[in-house]
Amino acid sequence: MIGRRRFARDRHGRFRTGLGSNERELLKALPRQAQELLEVQDPSVQRVFPVAYPNDEKAESDYREMMGSNLLQRHQHSLDTLATTADSSSLDEEEIHQWLDALEVLRLVLGTQLDVSEDIAVVDDSDPRAPQFAVYRYLSMLQGEIIDSLAEALPGGAGAGVDDEGEQEL
Amino acid sequence: MRAVGVVSQAGPMTAPVETERPSSGEDVRPDRPWLVIVWNDPINLMSYVTYVFQKLFGYSREKATRLMLDVHHKGRAIVTSGPRERAEMDVFRLHEHGLWATLEQAS
Repeated sequence: MIGRRRFARDRHGRFRTGLGSNERELLKALPRQAQELLEVQDPSVQRVFPVAYPNDEKAESDYREMMGSNLLQRHQHSLDTLATTADSSSLDEEEIHQWLDALEVLRLVLGTQLDVSEDIAVVDDSDPRAPQFAVYRYLSMLQGEIIDSLAEALPGGAGAGVDDEGEQEL
Repeated sequence: MRAVGVVSQAGPMTAPVETERPSSGEDVRPDRPWLVIVWNDPINLMSYVTYVFQKLFGYSREKATRLMLDVHHKGRAIVTSGPRERAEMDVFRLHEHGLWATLEQAS
């Protein structure tokens, strides 16, 4: 069964967005929450700022000083774009790439909070984290759909791990 | 679906952390390349990792998929190598895309 495509490229090269109003509300609210966490360097944003030199403190500290604010600004900008274009009926190439980045940041943060592991079991409805897992799965699906529509333009087409039943995590 | 608060919490971290060992210094031989290593992270989608490798390094879908599977099954993979400055920029671009990448000099 093939589900509804949320992102479809039109003949002008823009990506038409087929999202419900609930989805759009979510995509307006989540970035603002993540932006606050980034600003205060909450522990849940650890994965957004990975270590480059695990065996060299000096090199790592130089790297952070040089690159840290670039990384933060890029993600803040992407999250802004997601929040402000969540209601748009279509996106240009730059905007959809920023959606991809924003979704990645949101998944990294949410995944850290949920302590996602390789064998992520189905969460019971009674589990208080169930709503967050649902959001996490939704964001994963959305990211997968964007990748599908972008990968069509790459030589060789879509990447691995895509099937009708949904995304497979690394 | 309803919006869910992204609540701050200090949970366990599995992202790489700095070691406490002091720097051992670089080998003085100038020609040892720097390796860019991508590490497995359960959060990243397989299709996303493959896409990033294609996009950043111009790899074919087959090569990008092979590397992604290496990361997935072996825990890490060398995705590119070169002079330090370029390797560091490659690591930065991978970080920009949310991937866990490190660099080290080849032994």
